[in-house]
Formats: sequence, structure tokens, C-alpha cells
Amino acid sequence: MDSLTQKIRETASNILKEGKVEMVIGFAKGTIPMTTKPYMARTPEQTENFIWDKNCTLNLANYITGRKEKIGIIAKGCDSRNIVNHIVENKISRDQLYIIGVPCSGMADKNNPDELRDNCATCTHKNPVIFDVMVAEPVEEQKLDDPFADVKAIEAMDKDAKWSYFEGLLQNCIRCYACRNACPLCYCPTCFVDESGPQWVGKGQNKTDIQTFHFLRAFHCAGRCTDCGACEAACPMDIHVRAFTRKLNKDSLELFGWEAGLDITKRPPLDTFNPDDPNDFIK
Amino acid sequence: MANLFEHIGVEKERLQFSWISSAEAGKFTNVATEVANTIEALGPIDKFVKKTD
Repeated sequence: MDSLTQKIRETASNILKEGKVEMVIGFAKGTIPMTTKPYMARTPEQTENFIWDKNCTLNLANYITGRKEKIGIIAKGCDSRNIVNHIVENKISRDQLYIIGVPCSGMADKNNPDELRDNCATCTHKNPVIFDVMVAEPVEEQKLDDPFADVKAIEAMDKDAKWSYFEGLLQNCIRCYACRNACPLCYCPTCFVDESGPQWVGKGQNKTDIQTFHFLRAFHCAGRCTDCGACEAACPMDIHVRAFTRKLNKDSLELFGWEAGLDITKRPPLDTFNPDDPNDFIK
Repeated sequence: MANLFEHIGVEKERLQFSWISSAEAGKFTNVATEVANTIEALGPIDKFVKKTD
């Protein structure tokens, strides 16, 4: 058996036995090949179901929102950054968590299992940024010359080309909201698309309503998105949902020098005021 | 937000921000006129508009 899986099961089982946590969140084998599902182990025996492979594409930070008990959680680089987000946004406290860090060498593309998925290929935080224990030695982080080449390619288009690109991108959306439900940032008790008074956006398959959903959901993630790719992993229609959030990540970095989820002592840029904030857009 | 508008091909000038005190009537009219003129020059928007049949 894979040594990481072995180590994860051992660690999870130990912290449950020692009573440090009431449950451990990790990945178990999915119902179809090459998939995994989130799995909550509450007894040491159940930790035997944990696995770690190239298909752990979801983000487990999604399952700790507002929990009251002590939780052990298995975290790769991006999960750990979303855990930091959750702590910063008061969705859970640091003392409630026992974080089992897993250095990640990238997850497989669901349509092309021999290759890394898109966001893992450009990932610069493969190692957990916050953890109580690591199950292996950290992996080497890559340095990218141009992490936002894809965003720049879109920026270089003229406005009509941009519009038709995004129109094409969203034409297959069936509005199942899997992207939203898989996203650890989308924890609002009532999402703006589900709100009925006022009703911000139509609920049908109207093209503009679909575009509004994606556009606004992305903006709600501004300065918070860790590019974990859970949205795309969950999308049944293979929509490149990250095309929106990538742009916002680029802007956050350029305008505020900010990458989300790296430090539990810092508030996200759209949540704070700083006299040096860029304000050229105000007349 | 304006940057994200521009990114999907909607003119960012359609979204404008200003900070005007209630005592600054002159500034208010100037900004309002300027906004109106910019939008007029851009013409009617043909994207991101919900069409009802």
C-alpha cells in the first residue's frame, strides 16, 4: 500500500484513540474508478477507509464550516490555505483543528489521468501552509515565470472576443451549482441565487441568469480563492469555472500583493482598509 | 469589479465610482453629467442583458 495512505490512516487512528479529535475528515475510495469521496471517520476502525492518491481533487476545508466539535482534517496545500481562510473568517477556530498535512505533488486531470490538472500544474503552494503534523517530507515548490499566462491570453483579446469566449465557456452550464457546493468559500446560509426576496437573479436556464450566477459567484471569491480547483473537479459539464477566479487572483496579487490563505493573522484585502489601497478608480 | 467586467468584455466605464459629500452639489452634477456622457458615447449595451421574449 501507498506509504502516504498508510501514514494518514495511522495518524488519523492515533488521534482518534487519544481522544484529540472526535472525527477525522479525509478521502475514501469513490463509487466509480479513479474518484474519491470525502469521508468522515469517527472511530479508529473507520480510518482504514482513508486513501490518498492522484484523485483527491475536492477541498476538504468545505466540510469544517461552522462545526462545533474537534476535528482532524487531512490537508494538501490548497486545503490548508482554505483552512486558513476559514479561521480568518471565523468559520472555525484553530484550537478545534488537528491538521494532518500532506505534501501534494498535484492531482490528476479527470479527463486525462496521465496529466496534472490545470490548477495543479501552476500551483506554487504544494505543501500545507498550516499543520499540526506532516505525514511526509515537504515536496519542492515550483517557481513559475508567468503564473497567469492563461489570464493574460484572455486580457489580450478585444472586448467582443472576450465576451464570446465567456459566452462559449458557460453555454453548457446546467446550473446544478456543483461548483458552488464544492467550493469551500461558498458557505453562505442562503446563496444569492437561492434568495427569493429580493430575487437577485432568475432561476431558470436563461443565458444571462447563468452568466450572472458565475460572474457574481466569482466576485464573491475575490481575494479569497486559493485556486484549489474543487469547482472544476465537481463540474459535470467540464466548464472552466476558474477562468473568472483566476483573473481575480491575478488582480489581488497585482493590486494588493495578496495571495489568499497564507497567514491566519492577516485579513483579506477586500475586508480591510489601508490608506495605500489603490483608488484611481474613484473620481 | 470593473476589472472583472472588462475581463469578460463589458466596457469597464459602465461602472464608475465617486465619493461625493452631500455639500458638494457642484461635484455631483459634474460627475452625473460625466457618467451620462460616457455611457451615451458607449451606446446601448448589447451584452449581459436579459432578453425576455
